[in-house]
Amino acid sequence: MTIPKRQFDTLIIGAGGGGLRAALQLAQADASVAVVSKVFPTRSHTVAAQGGVNAALANVTEDNWHWHMFDTVKGSDYLGDQDSIEYMCRAASRVVYELEHFGVPFSRLDTGKIYQRAFGGQSQNFGGAQATRTCAAADRTGHAILHSLYQQNIRAKTHFFDEYFAIDLISDDKGFILGALVMEIETGEPLLIEAKSTLIATGGAGQLYRTTTNALINTGDGMAMTLRAGIPLQDMEFFQFHPTGIAGRGMLITEGVRGEGGFLVNSDNERFMERYAPNAKDLASRDIVSRAIAIEVREGRGCGPDKDHVLLKIDHLGADVIKKRLPGIRQSSITFVKIDPIYDPIPVYPTAHYTMGGIPTNRYGQIVVPEKESPEVPIPGLYAAGECACVSVHGANRLGGNSLLDILVFGRAAANHIIGYLKENRYHRPLSQESVDKAMQRLTRWDDKSPGESVDEIKNELKKVMEDHCSVFRDKQVLKDGIDKVNVLSDRLTDARLTDHSKIFNTARVEALELENLMDIAKATVVSAHAREESRGAHSRVDFTERDDVHWLKHSLYYLDGQLEYKPVRTKPLTVDTFPPKPRVY
Amino acid sequence: MKLKIYRYNPSQDQKPKMQEFDLGETAPGMMLLEALLQCKNSDESLSFRRSCGEGVCGSDAMNINGRNGLACITSVADLKQPIVIRPLPGRPVIRDLIVDLSGFYQQYRTVKPYLVYNDPKPEVEILQSPEDRDELDGLYECILCACCSTACPSFWWNPDKFLGPAALLQAWRFIADTRDQATEERLASLDGPYRMFRCHTIMNCVEVCPKGLNPTSAIGKIRQKMLKQSL
Repeated sequence: MTIPKRQFDTLIIGAGGGGLRAALQLAQADASVAVVSKVFPTRSHTVAAQGGVNAALANVTEDNWHWHMFDTVKGSDYLGDQDSIEYMCRAASRVVYELEHFGVPFSRLDTGKIYQRAFGGQSQNFGGAQATRTCAAADRTGHAILHSLYQQNIRAKTHFFDEYFAIDLISDDKGFILGALVMEIETGEPLLIEAKSTLIATGGAGQLYRTTTNALINTGDGMAMTLRAGIPLQDMEFFQFHPTGIAGRGMLITEGVRGEGGFLVNSDNERFMERYAPNAKDLASRDIVSRAIAIEVREGRGCGPDKDHVLLKIDHLGADVIKKRLPGIRQSSITFVKIDPIYDPIPVYPTAHYTMGGIPTNRYGQIVVPEKESPEVPIPGLYAAGECACVSVHGANRLGGNSLLDILVFGRAAANHIIGYLKENRYHRPLSQESVDKAMQRLTRWDDKSPGESVDEIKNELKKVMEDHCSVFRDKQVLKDGIDKVNVLSDRLTDARLTDHSKIFNTARVEALELENLMDIAKATVVSAHAREESRGAHSRVDFTERDDVHWLKHSLYYLDGQLEYKPVRTKPLTVDTFPPKPRVY
Repeated sequence: MKLKIYRYNPSQDQKPKMQEFDLGETAPGMMLLEALLQCKNSDESLSFRRSCGEGVCGSDAMNINGRNGLACITSVADLKQPIVIRPLPGRPVIRDLIVDLSGFYQQYRTVKPYLVYNDPKPEVEILQSPEDRDELDGLYECILCACCSTACPSFWWNPDKFLGPAALLQAWRFIADTRDQATEERLASLDGPYRMFRCHTIMNCVEVCPKGLNPTSAIGKIRQKMLKQSL
């Protein structure tokens, strides 16, 4: 069959904040840009970000990018790459002002400047007093940013392919990536989008876990596509559990709640974070607060009839502050657990939230792979940005407010690099038919009408396995069992079949393709976690409780065949001195 | 728990039908989206849009017992059974509960839903007082779920000429923004018998908005502003 073809300068896969920020930069530079998204752009998961975006604007307290950089390096448990972190923290103020100019309805201070609130893991003067650095639009900052970016893209006349699902990257005979095979979900028909450069901005893989703050669309599609293209995934063992998901349900309750003065209590009504982080208390970094909650519950100080959660108290803030600054989470709490936090505390428990690992890139968003002598050789024309990428600015633990910043800074940086790349690569290259055929097979495999297991059952089991075997606390045996179980599920998936073979808006087929993606990400996560014999950031091994900088201050790289390699952390910043690893106390 | 769900797959069905699902006993606190996912588990051909599951992405708007709403924030305990679920009214059905929203999005784009600021941009933020920012509350929170416009009789009759409540809410969101510098053009583009003036303040939009927004009030404010400009 002949597959219809469209040609663009740049293909962007994913229409969250990273993809849209890049698209805007490119469209404004008169490049032709196609944005492919499996959902209408404003339904991308950036919309669910609540608390805010970090930038040292100093609108409330004295601040500067260097302090922000220190906090980010420390928050990353020293696994973050310091050149990328310096770049991001220096760029932060500018990208936030740009957003404001794009129309983002930030909350305001009496001075008329952008409202900023306190967030976890942030300090003044390299570990001193709490900083007030997180720029917010009430508790709907992601929504405000995503809609404004989409709106400006309407103005810039970006080409949108809404409700198209990316099947696989396609290449030429030499291995250059030249766009992707996509499927129009409404018709079920394939389409080739040829591009001189491709940016992957497909977000995280929070659907790996049963209880998650993540949307159902967060299935790590771009990460899996990259793996299949022979590129490794970096640091996949580092998965963030947000301390405050609604207990048993998983909906996010922003860290901004604690930033505004809320705090956690156990069944003894004790502010237990004072024991775990004497200075920062409830605003210690997320890995530390999540572990503290898990320990409280494990040691019998959990709340509720099953003693399986702790309570987040904010009634002391008063109705006005809650209605003004935290209206969204108040509504979530009322909707999902029928608790109005103006009067009663919210039951919370750590919940899967963020994929720190991802596609290895440098600070220009170029995807980099080890080759012979060099650990990081860029692949021409291929980029990644946002949660699917690993720059790495988050290292072993991301700070709240740094994910919106990451997508904006590196979406923009990737676009700027692409603009230069397009100047030197003016023509499309011929595609390899073999590569197209291979991508098509991914799609047609699900047309097989022979009997087989359903997809849904395997998906539910996978999420349970990940929750049981690769959660907040880990050890060798539990992880080993996890690998075995994921491998069994992976084999079962090869034999799974659809019963619905219709073409028009076949969501079952999309979910099957998504589960194949998730399966590869699950393996990457649990295999990388099993190998890393230390505790660092979100990766907490009960059999190796200490951070081991001698052996493990390095990034892991997982390949599709299950092999692991390692590469050094870029500890040298762009202009300032390195922050050497230190014990991490809050 | 029993549901009756609208089914239509154009490649195989001559006409739509209602399919019954019985989920037996269900967990307390269950949301309608969870019930639908269970239905899909038993019949994978059932199709609907969904994503965030917490009422912020706007994917799973549908007609629930005759009223438009988001499945993910609608508690099944509050619904009369069998729960009758249909696609959003007045839009072409693509399949099952999935409707074609391209016309709805087109009307949104028509109002130029983006901030226009023509002066040279300052190096820092454009200042805005908290009071001026408060004017945007109740406007910017729109999630484009289309519950309002597809509940509006004026939009049913003239979906290509009347902009509909969602687009008009956004038109006012930018007129109301002290930073925006295109008020006159915006007002001029809304003039005429259809674009805005087909609103007959039936207020179905206010009734169904899952975010508690009030497009009718926004339309009233645009009219007042137009009147003031013309005096």
